[in-house]
Amino acid sequence: MKRNWLLYPYVVWMILFTVVPILLVFYYSVTVQGGGFSLTMAHYARVFEPLYMSVIWRSIQLALVSTIACFILGYPVAMILANSPDKQQFSLIVLFVVPMWMNFLARTYAWLSIMENNGIINAFLGLIGVGPLSLLYNAGAVVLGMVYNYVPFMVFPIYTVLRKLDPSLIEAAEDLGANPVRSFLKVTFPLSLPGVLSGVTMVFMPSVTTFAISQLLGGGQFTLIGNLIEQQYLRTYDWGFGSALSIILMIIILISMGLMSRSNVYEEGGLI
Amino acid sequence: MTRDNLSNVGAEMIRLVDIHKEFDGVTVLDRINLSIAKNEFVTLLGPSGCGKTTMLRIIGGFESATTGDVLFDGERINDIPAYQRKVNTVFQRYALFPHLNVFENIAFGLRIAKKDVKEIRDKVQSALELVEMLGFEKRTIQSLSGGQQQRVAIARAVVNEPKVLLLDEPLAALDLKLRKEMQLELKNMQKQLGITFVFVTHDQEEALTMSDTVVVMKEGIIQQIGSPINVYNEPTNIFVADFIGESIILEGRYLEHCMVEFAGQKFPCVDIDFAPMEQVDVVIRPEDVDIADDPAEGVLQAKVSSVVFKGVHYEMLAETDDGLEWMIHSTTMAPIGQVIGMSIKPDNIHLMKKETKGPEVTAS
Repeated sequence: MKRNWLLYPYVVWMILFTVVPILLVFYYSVTVQGGGFSLTMAHYARVFEPLYMSVIWRSIQLALVSTIACFILGYPVAMILANSPDKQQFSLIVLFVVPMWMNFLARTYAWLSIMENNGIINAFLGLIGVGPLSLLYNAGAVVLGMVYNYVPFMVFPIYTVLRKLDPSLIEAAEDLGANPVRSFLKVTFPLSLPGVLSGVTMVFMPSVTTFAISQLLGGGQFTLIGNLIEQQYLRTYDWGFGSALSIILMIIILISMGLMSRSNVYEEGGLI
Repeated sequence: MTRDNLSNVGAEMIRLVDIHKEFDGVTVLDRINLSIAKNEFVTLLGPSGCGKTTMLRIIGGFESATTGDVLFDGERINDIPAYQRKVNTVFQRYALFPHLNVFENIAFGLRIAKKDVKEIRDKVQSALELVEMLGFEKRTIQSLSGGQQQRVAIARAVVNEPKVLLLDEPLAALDLKLRKEMQLELKNMQKQLGITFVFVTHDQEEALTMSDTVVVMKEGIIQQIGSPINVYNEPTNIFVADFIGESIILEGRYLEHCMVEFAGQKFPCVDIDFAPMEQVDVVIRPEDVDIADDPAEGVLQAKVSSVVFKGVHYEMLAETDDGLEWMIHSTTMAPIGQVIGMSIKPDNIHLMKKETKGPEVTAS
């Protein structure tokens, strides 16, 4: 308790850069823009218009799809990593981490040049007489961008949990008659759930809020809630509506996190 | 302890034939041949790194021998995976499933075997009864003490009614009192269940207390196989003598029929299979040194240099004129500084052939 003062810089930081902005966003969302303190619910009412609801719904759908895709791709990778010999493990991890050192936008732009109409894939398809296919500016391209960018966030928490898993538990399961498949389903997987939940949270959150990926790979046509918020703040200057959207997005994330922590496995691993 | 339960020991259950095991070119088991009978309580005893756990893991199916065969009930099971073997294991640190409660941990094997709900409930119940843990069904593993986890681990293994139970230092993490209790309980359980126990430990006292047969190992090689009394009283070499109980080990010379010289004196002995003037190692148990207050009553004279009260006996160190230090266990005490007389009965003097590459054992 003596060293409590060490916390103060963090508390000040939190208040200045997290609490105050959130309160400001909340303030904008319930007041008439330029109208001083006159309260209004009009911004929230607008959020529930079908046009915007469909954008929110689409965002959640795409985020869910990419989270599931990340899980399906990431879990086996995490297992391979955790089970490979120590020396190989390091180089495999480096292999995974190095692309993350590159700028996020640069990586996403790279996909543009791969998938555009005269990009690498279509050039190759042209050689064998197919195409050109329109690969960009659809839901698939956006999901691909999300999965590509966020799959490491799924792999690492699962890898960490699997790595810590006591191998004698697997042996115990085998000893009690479980073949490899059943011992995975009854022991390895349930015990890795904390990692899976961290991974799901860490992929779902940036996916549901992204605007860069949908802007680049979805083209202007493919609006997600993140793009909507960006538009309100930077183009239409409707801060009130943008703030209302932000608050709703926060509530969505809080609810989804609440649902996940209810599954009561957090005590084991928790968020990384 | 006698081998009176030898009569219960049945036909051969497990046979290890010429087992050789290497890890990365390093030999950890060499020329292992061992036969384990039905209902037998066999202990693999040795210092850490002697290969005893590897041997257990080969029987359990978690390791495979580099060469050699494992026979189970007469059948070669080298290539049978662990999950198809009719053995169950109590792991060193229990390896209980942290995501399952006590009931589900014990029911694990039965559920895998797709037993019906009622049978599972009954069997788990009687397993809990066996380990005296009734009422703990719903408890989480984390809420149990070490001793309770130990019991659950045993219940989880025996509930599957294996033909052989493998135990890998299961008592190592328990405190002394609990360990002694569990030793007796395990022994009773083994008699009650009528199954073969293969028990790994580095604790010689544990091995002597519980086993029908003790297998003493060192550096991947079996040193001696015998009953507890046999390995204690008739150790085949200095390593066994030193590892099983305390020993005084001295250099000696076999003089003639039933006469040996060591510590500068001649002693009558009972060993006969040595050549005259052959160099031998002499092994004497500290409790076999008889002491007398009057130095003249002993063959050797020594000055007491330390006395420690051990409960049942005193542990004393006494030094002879030639600088040899003798450890003595006796129920009577001689104060520090007193010169005592020491003598040894002929059948308490154990002679051993000099090993060409002798183990690093010194007179303790």
